[in-house]
Amino acid sequence: MQAAAPILAIDRLVVAPAAGGAPVVDGISLAVSPGEVLALIGESGSGKTTLALAALGYVRPGLAVRSGRIRLGATDLLGAGEAKLQDLRGRRATYIAQSAAASFNPALRLDAQVTEPARVHRLRPLAEALAKARLLYRRLDLPEPERIGQRFPHEVSGGQLQRFMIAMGLIEGPQLVVCDEPTSALDVTTQVEVLKAFKAVIRDGSTAGLFVSHDLAVVAQLADRIIVLRRGALVEQGTTEAILAAPQEPYTRELIAACRRWDRRRPASPPRVAACAAAPARLEVVDVTAGFGPREPMTGRPTITAVDAAALAVRPREVVAIIGESGSGKSTLAQVIAGLHPAAAGEIRLDGAALAPAVARRSLDQRRRVQIVFQMADTALNPRHRVGRIIGRALAFFGRAPRARRPARIAELLALVRLPASYAERRPGELSGGEKQRVNLARALAAEPDVLICDEITSALDTVVAAAIVRLVEDLRDRLGLAVLFISHDLATVATLADRVVVMRRGKIVERGPTGELLARPTHPYTRLLLASVPELRIGWLEEAAGRRAALLPEFAETGAAPVADVDRGREDAHAG
Amino acid sequence: MHPSLRFALRRFAVGALILLAVSLLVFVGCEILPGDVAQVALGQFATPESIRALHQQFGLDRPAPLRYLEWLIGILHGDWGMSMGTKVPVAQLLGERLANTAMLAGATTIVAIPLALALGLLMALRAGSRFDRAASVVVLALSATPEFLIGTLAVMLFSVHLNWLPAVAQVTFGGGWAALARSLLLPVITLSIVVAAQIARMTRATIVNLLDLPFIEMATLKGVPRRRIILVHALINAVGPIANVVALNIAYLVSGIVVVETIFAFPGVARLMVDAVQARDLPVVQACAMLFCFAYVVLILAADLLAVLFNPRLRRGIHPDGSAG
Amino acid sequence: MSAANEALSPPARGPRNALFAVAAGVLVAWALIAVLAPLLVPHDPTDFVSDDPFAAPSRIAWLGTDYLGRDLFSRLIAGARISLFMAFLATLLAHLLGGTLGLMAAVRGGLFDAAVSRIVDIALSLPKIIVGLVVVAAIGTSMTVLVIVAGLVYAAGVFRIARALGADVAVMDFIRAARARGEGAAWLIFGEILPNIIMPLAADFAIRMSFAILFMSSLSFIGLGVQPPRADWGGLVRENLSALSAGSWAPIFPALAIASVAIALNLLVDAIGDRRQLARIRDE
Repeated sequence: MQAAAPILAIDRLVVAPAAGGAPVVDGISLAVSPGEVLALIGESGSGKTTLALAALGYVRPGLAVRSGRIRLGATDLLGAGEAKLQDLRGRRATYIAQSAAASFNPALRLDAQVTEPARVHRLRPLAEALAKARLLYRRLDLPEPERIGQRFPHEVSGGQLQRFMIAMGLIEGPQLVVCDEPTSALDVTTQVEVLKAFKAVIRDGSTAGLFVSHDLAVVAQLADRIIVLRRGALVEQGTTEAILAAPQEPYTRELIAACRRWDRRRPASPPRVAACAAAPARLEVVDVTAGFGPREPMTGRPTITAVDAAALAVRPREVVAIIGESGSGKSTLAQVIAGLHPAAAGEIRLDGAALAPAVARRSLDQRRRVQIVFQMADTALNPRHRVGRIIGRALAFFGRAPRARRPARIAELLALVRLPASYAERRPGELSGGEKQRVNLARALAAEPDVLICDEITSALDTVVAAAIVRLVEDLRDRLGLAVLFISHDLATVATLADRVVVMRRGKIVERGPTGELLARPTHPYTRLLLASVPELRIGWLEEAAGRRAALLPEFAETGAAPVADVDRGREDAHAG
Repeated sequence: MHPSLRFALRRFAVGALILLAVSLLVFVGCEILPGDVAQVALGQFATPESIRALHQQFGLDRPAPLRYLEWLIGILHGDWGMSMGTKVPVAQLLGERLANTAMLAGATTIVAIPLALALGLLMALRAGSRFDRAASVVVLALSATPEFLIGTLAVMLFSVHLNWLPAVAQVTFGGGWAALARSLLLPVITLSIVVAAQIARMTRATIVNLLDLPFIEMATLKGVPRRRIILVHALINAVGPIANVVALNIAYLVSGIVVVETIFAFPGVARLMVDAVQARDLPVVQACAMLFCFAYVVLILAADLLAVLFNPRLRRGIHPDGSAG
Repeated sequence: MSAANEALSPPARGPRNALFAVAAGVLVAWALIAVLAPLLVPHDPTDFVSDDPFAAPSRIAWLGTDYLGRDLFSRLIAGARISLFMAFLATLLAHLLGGTLGLMAAVRGGLFDAAVSRIVDIALSLPKIIVGLVVVAAIGTSMTVLVIVAGLVYAAGVFRIARALGADVAVMDFIRAARARGEGAAWLIFGEILPNIIMPLAADFAIRMSFAILFMSSLSFIGLGVQPPRADWGGLVRENLSALSAGSWAPIFPALAIASVAIALNLLVDAIGDRRQLARIRDE
């Protein structure tokens, strides 16, 4: 493959802020041959998106190319004028963006947008382009390929929209497709479908791919070669086999370890389950139903049911994981337990005593004993308050430390989440994502809780950072004897952490059991589908997964795409009414 | 029912309810005053007899809710009651003045809007350029300038120094179109400057914000030429918000009209209302207030409907930010 | 996410700093003039300094005299005090009332929010100057009436802004965390939300004050605002309007004063503020 003349050749490229400052891309060289897929792996701030956009001769406003060369075939992109770039974009090189929802014009029909490259480049009659688009829709497994393109972007689901984006990228048979995290915003079950369709289409021709991702496991399924980036610099490159089997650089090894750790074939040690099974339940969720919109007069149920008769229990020193995709009701359940979203029916019990549905009716001590940590570390800390004040408020509010003892206690809590005491003086804006999440945990721990609810606390974090947070939660459980309810969309995340797993789908609990058992022998078809969809860090997984999925009930083979949008839209209607 | 039709009907119903509430406020506002309507209307020389006579003539001795209903029903028939000061039906006073004010507002709309849209679009296309930065400051300054400064400066320049145009608007339909245009020119220029500045600012902001969105970058990466990006991708999304901006700013004309009719002694509804307020001729005040509120509510309603019509998401009853309207 | 991290904030805007300095300078100067007015006037604003109405500027009357032969410069300074204090008080009233209610609506939601929002909807569908006219027709005019009317009229707009700003913050997780602790509305509003929206509210205050100045000068200009012998800037324009036909600039100076404050307030916000915020304020 390396023998052929490269389609894309980037030579010692330096991109930096136009106003001056440290380079975002710092002297990177790479080449992509026809038919080859090269993956760029990196965490946020690695410069991978800037590098990917440069492959189309595009630099975002505020950035400028300092030096280097970019060639697409024989064309020098940095020397090319706007007209020349226009001519090759959408034709010879195309771009598939991360957020399909934001990248489609909300006011134009999908057909018009997918066929627009043909229209602006005057390559072929519109009817022919439309026929090609429909062919792609069919190959990408979009329902009703003849008609679906007549819809507006907001009328299809997220997974479907991502497939339209792929169709738009491939319609003119480009020499190079640049994909920027094309599946990161999707649920895992949807991701497999999109990856499979994408791979099938791209493998057919001589199209080369530049694939940007933070997820090694996803990349392993598609890429021939991998480049690892960090802070704008190239860390390591090699064939996918070589990188996975024999990484040379410590950073690469760290990345791989963070993925390997979550291999489902090595679940948590079973003895722990037996150990805590004897203790009485600390937190009990008894047949809780909750939702949005006005109650139905006959049944007393909300119009949109988000949680449907859910029941579970968490014992001290135990981690119970709730797994579900968007729209499964898992976060609503977390809020019901925290008293932020009163249930329509059912009961929450703490050490056997029922808690009031609304937080305002719970006693100070009850509120203190149940603490919740949220997904978005960024928005969970008041940007105007210093860390010391954020934690101090919780201490003062629950009367856990007299004023004089407070600074010392804040330092203790910061130490508990492995942050230096000096962080008390910082504002959230001065912390990284992982550090913010640690402060969130510290604030919850300030209340000295018995129950800790973690609502997707690792979902917005980079892989390595997320792994560290999981280890921290594990550690806190052991040291403080917490009962932890760990909510996640990702089975892999909880595989090593959780003692027991509860799987939710469309508001209902479909399966539960000790982690090892459930991962090894899932009984419910949805659990099997979910398990089959979690990307694994090995080549060939995608094909196996697709095979396994096809064998599952047809009912679940189609679910990947649809339910997300249904639930979201239903919720909006409920607010309207 | 089609969602946009349902939305339109709901907005109409809300508009009607608001007008009803406004009528109540106007009536009550003029009703609950310290002292007596007739006393106030007749001033300090009123005798008990004349007050009583006025009471009877205007039925002021009957309960207020009843008079409110009669007033409301009268309005629906085009009967605005009698002026207390001149003892002439209010409808007769309104007559020609309504046409004059409508003409002033209409002419301003015709002059200001194309000008403002063109300027706003031009600024947006060259966002960040020297032209844009200079125009932005000028337009911002003009939009905060009181009409009476522009009006007095215009009079100073065109009437006093150049002696081209009359300082006082003598609106006569008999004098032919040329005379009419001459007397309208200064008031229209004065109003247009402020309104056009506002619309140009908001048009620019709307388009510039749109050009920042990811789908515009995506279009660039598809190889769509800049001209087509702006004319197709940006404008189709901008039409709704801009239509909205235009309708709102025509509504805001009301306060400008009040000032401009005063500067130029323009015989319109606003001038009538100001005189009536000074004379405390409440039936006339009520009628003028209702007319202005009606125009305002209708324009705001139009702004709402336009925003919905041009947005395929709103059209189906779903707000772009995810919450339903 | 990575896009946001990798994209950079635009470079600082240089020329805007000059505008900012000019606007701030104008406002500080007027504020000082308003506070120190009694010390600054060369003549008593009600004294006759010349036998001629609309006398040309001279060493005695720097800007000439008004329609009664009084010193226009002194009247302009005295008018500054009236115009600026009234506008400031009205805006303060609007913010105290509208801001508090708006943030309460954002935090509490439910029936309270619905009820106040409907009232505000109605208030906002009334043209402000017409409200002013009707109130003056009903209860007459005075400086107190003007301030209260302007304060109430603009409170509706402040409510909308404060509610929208507050609602944006109220859905954030740090507010949910505070709610989960069981914090009361007062802490949520003043401890958590207000520090995050203080800049946009300050911007709103400035813009709103420019509206209030224009509103009250307009009422005075049409003869229904501040009554003689006192005069705010709008009243000064009205008093001297007849000078125009004689070619005198007497009505133009006070009009320029109003414009200078209103423009400076807008430029100030434009230079420091978020544009989208500004558009939002103007939208209602």
